[in-house]
Amino acid sequence: MDSAISERTPRAPLAATAADGLKIVIVGGFGVGKTTMVRSVSEIRPLSTEETMTQAGVGIDKGLQGKTTTTVAFDFGRISLDERMVLYLFGAPGQERFWFLWDRLFSGTLGAVVLVDTRRLADSWYAIDRLEHHGTPFIVARNNFEPPVHDLGQVRDALDLSPEVPLIDCDARRRDSSKQVLISLVDHLYSLSTARENQP
Amino acid sequence: MIRRAVEEEDPDRLYTLTGGRSRTEDLELDLVTIIVAESAPSAGMQSEHVRILRITLHPTSVVELSSELSLPVSVVKILVTDLLDSGKVSARHPSSALQRASIPDSEFLKKVLVGLRNL
Repeated sequence: MDSAISERTPRAPLAATAADGLKIVIVGGFGVGKTTMVRSVSEIRPLSTEETMTQAGVGIDKGLQGKTTTTVAFDFGRISLDERMVLYLFGAPGQERFWFLWDRLFSGTLGAVVLVDTRRLADSWYAIDRLEHHGTPFIVARNNFEPPVHDLGQVRDALDLSPEVPLIDCDARRRDSSKQVLISLVDHLYSLSTARENQP
Repeated sequence: MIRRAVEEEDPDRLYTLTGGRSRTEDLELDLVTIIVAESAPSAGMQSEHVRILRITLHPTSVVELSSELSLPVSVVKILVTDLLDSGKVSARHPSSALQRASIPDSEFLKKVLVGLRNL
């Protein structure tokens, strides 16, 4: 086992009182800026790990027994919110073939940020569809590595996004902007939660 | 890099590490469950168990263990469960594992917002 890499770059430990791990998933197509966003707000250098899944049934890479084994690597970072709560941010590729993994890996997640690149909006259609189907609360953030050419109304139409889903602009390279994206998601959750609590 | 490291891992070795077990469905460990060592490594202990006990001298989440050990999450869950069963580590489960609703209550979310705004 190769342990040299992690031992050369020690990870800052969690507080001794850390007790409650929270999750937010950042979903998006390749190169849209998921890892950039994780890096800009994480208190640790983003780490990477992987999960392997074996499932029987249809798919590519069929093994001898008709089982499909898929390995998915994902990045993550963390933010200590207070002495007990630690928020983990996971960057997840949005491609269709990975979704059966997210269902298990990211159950119990607070919510999701769908990061979109307006030059490749189609990359996010599947992710949005899947999150809606699952009832996972989410917001959409347009990452502007370059000045945007469309207004957000056009983006909303192109994504066929329901009016209640927040859509915002961000620059994933900037810490304050990425932080604002997370606040927007939790604000959205807060509205959903209070609406539910005020139901008769 | 890590992905390649695991792909080059001998499958027989991963099998040996976990004693041939691959079922993790009945385990309640989450990616963000925080693991804490409760005792020192003992003689004759499997080296991965020893490493987990050393790393978790500071509270460490399952996903960070996975990254640090360069082992898939599912394998780490099995190794940690061994240590939980023998009382060598304890687990701090996320509050999301206990709640039934898909969205936490507003009081909880308020605390999250305060934490984020203070960044």
